[in-house]
Amino acid sequence: MEQLTQQIASGLANGAIYASLALALVMIFVSTDHINFAQGEMAMFSAYLCWQVMQWGLNFWIALPLVALGSFLAGVAIQRMILQPLHNAPVLSVVVVFIGLLTIFHSLAGGIWSFTIKEFPSPFPKVAFAGSGYLGSHQVGMILVTLLLLFGLYAFFRFTPLGLAMRAAAQNPGSARLVGVRVDWMLALGWGLAAVVGAVAGTMVAPVVYLEPNMMASILLYGFAGALVGGISSPGGAVAGGFIVGVLENLIAYFGNLLEKTSGIYVIGNGEKLSVALVIVIIVLTLKPDGLFGQVSIKRV
Amino acid sequence: MATTTNPTSQAPVAAPGGVAWRPWWIWIGLAGLALLPFVGGKTGLISNFAFLQLSLMIVYAIAVLGLNLLTGFNGQISLGHGAFFAVGAYTAAILIDQANWPFWATLPMAALACFVAGYLFGLPALRLEGHYLALATFALAVAVPQILKYRHFEPFTKGVQGINIFKADPPFALPLSSDQWMFLVVLAVAIVMFWAARNLLDSRIGRALRALRDQPLAADTMGVNSSHYKAVTFGISALYTGVAGALHAIIFEFVSPDSFRFELSIAILVGAVVGGIASLPGAVIGGVFVQAIEKYADALTKKISATVHLPLELQPWTIYGIALIILIYTMPTGVAGGLSTLRRRLKRP
Repeated sequence: MEQLTQQIASGLANGAIYASLALALVMIFVSTDHINFAQGEMAMFSAYLCWQVMQWGLNFWIALPLVALGSFLAGVAIQRMILQPLHNAPVLSVVVVFIGLLTIFHSLAGGIWSFTIKEFPSPFPKVAFAGSGYLGSHQVGMILVTLLLLFGLYAFFRFTPLGLAMRAAAQNPGSARLVGVRVDWMLALGWGLAAVVGAVAGTMVAPVVYLEPNMMASILLYGFAGALVGGISSPGGAVAGGFIVGVLENLIAYFGNLLEKTSGIYVIGNGEKLSVALVIVIIVLTLKPDGLFGQVSIKRV
Repeated sequence: MATTTNPTSQAPVAAPGGVAWRPWWIWIGLAGLALLPFVGGKTGLISNFAFLQLSLMIVYAIAVLGLNLLTGFNGQISLGHGAFFAVGAYTAAILIDQANWPFWATLPMAALACFVAGYLFGLPALRLEGHYLALATFALAVAVPQILKYRHFEPFTKGVQGINIFKADPPFALPLSSDQWMFLVVLAVAIVMFWAARNLLDSRIGRALRALRDQPLAADTMGVNSSHYKAVTFGISALYTGVAGALHAIIFEFVSPDSFRFELSIAILVGAVVGGIASLPGAVIGGVFVQAIEKYADALTKKISATVHLPLELQPWTIYGIALIILIYTMPTGVAGGLSTLRRRLKRP
């Protein structure tokens, strides 16, 4: 039982990362109807940038805003320069461009910083506190930062005029344009914000999985799974989905282990993490493509 | 079903994707290729290694053709065709390694296994469109190496170590090396498969596929059984890519889980996009491109880095990505599409 609680707690910590990546995916999906396959590599690249700035001698908490700003600008630039001209292109073109971006970021990171694994120090002080038997200080920090990010974004979209304009541009571009919202720039802003969220997720997860160009592959897959479980059109749902998937992942591994210990039959373990994500993605997509909290999409003839 | 296209108005025009064929020069070219081992091999002009490269190009052309059938002609996006390539390769390798089958007998089995795998994956994929299907197949591609390493498969797949197999010697005491012989085999298989694909696309099935791609609702209303056709197309597409995988295993003499990483699926997609997504000649161009990049991109990128004095080591995949994005802007129908547009412009007075 102790172990089970432990597993759930660390599942929540992983879930925080999936949730923030899912959030970044949803922000782009809601405003442009695109699934950004390069999101994971963008986050990985931001994490590398942050590591580089820290190597130059800056503190993490100074480096992170700098990198977030850089990621924001890069996200806006990518949308304006690469994706904006494709807004009427078929889905395949957009997907191919995302794959192109993915390979570019992946290989650039490898070329600049080499493919060897680097350690990324945890930015959180090691403090003992209540419940520390279950969670390390970095994991608690991860969860707190994710929740902070979520509420920050919620407040931004709910209470600021710019947030309102962005929501309008996403929901009804035509009418938004008529009342003077610069829809194109709102989409670019959405991309920038998604890049920032990704950057935060990347720097938070880097101390856990270490820094290397491949670090985001499985995390992105779980981010997708989280976004789909919660509903890829609902930011709150995506965050919930991320946490759900994180806990689910750990529980499956836990019960797999338990089964092996008690009956000696190996069914599933840590080696099948990606397959679990694959199964979750396919099940959700086929049975309930709008997720738990998403809006049902309607196709008009 | 027969009314999906109007034959009288459509027939003289080449099908979209340029299935316009000039049989005589294609046959001459193929005959030339088939004679290569006898001419080049004897005189020593073409090394065994070069034959291996040529065989690999043809193999990738078949794999790309599989993706073309699905994505180009039926409009279903797959980022996970490396998975079917892996199924085909492992089917062949396991049958040769464990059951001592001759290599040619494993090809139909690989085809069958991949058709079933593709059909089964295609069934849930029926409900998915565009980005969602891309997402599901993306997940498949990322998970493939892990699935291959699954513990209960290990007696067959030998886990991370992979399977070593041995190339067949040419029969009837033909004066050929095994690389030259395999080149002929691969070429023959490719000819049969491209011919079958062309006939498939020119039949009523092919028309139904294109109708489902261009006007899914209209095709449905006209009585095209969309779920049946889409799942079968997924199966056929997987079959093509799987046979390519089996051939790859046979001529490469080795399979291991890490040969089938996400990059393989990307390479197949890149080949399809570069060649031209809805074109049979495009599949050949794509196959040549994939193998050429794999072989020469490393040297090319090193040269570029050296001449431009880049402060970092440029990776081949960076060029891949940039080429992909530029191509989508400049030649969305790929090299094959670009060429036929060019030809049409030149012909016009």
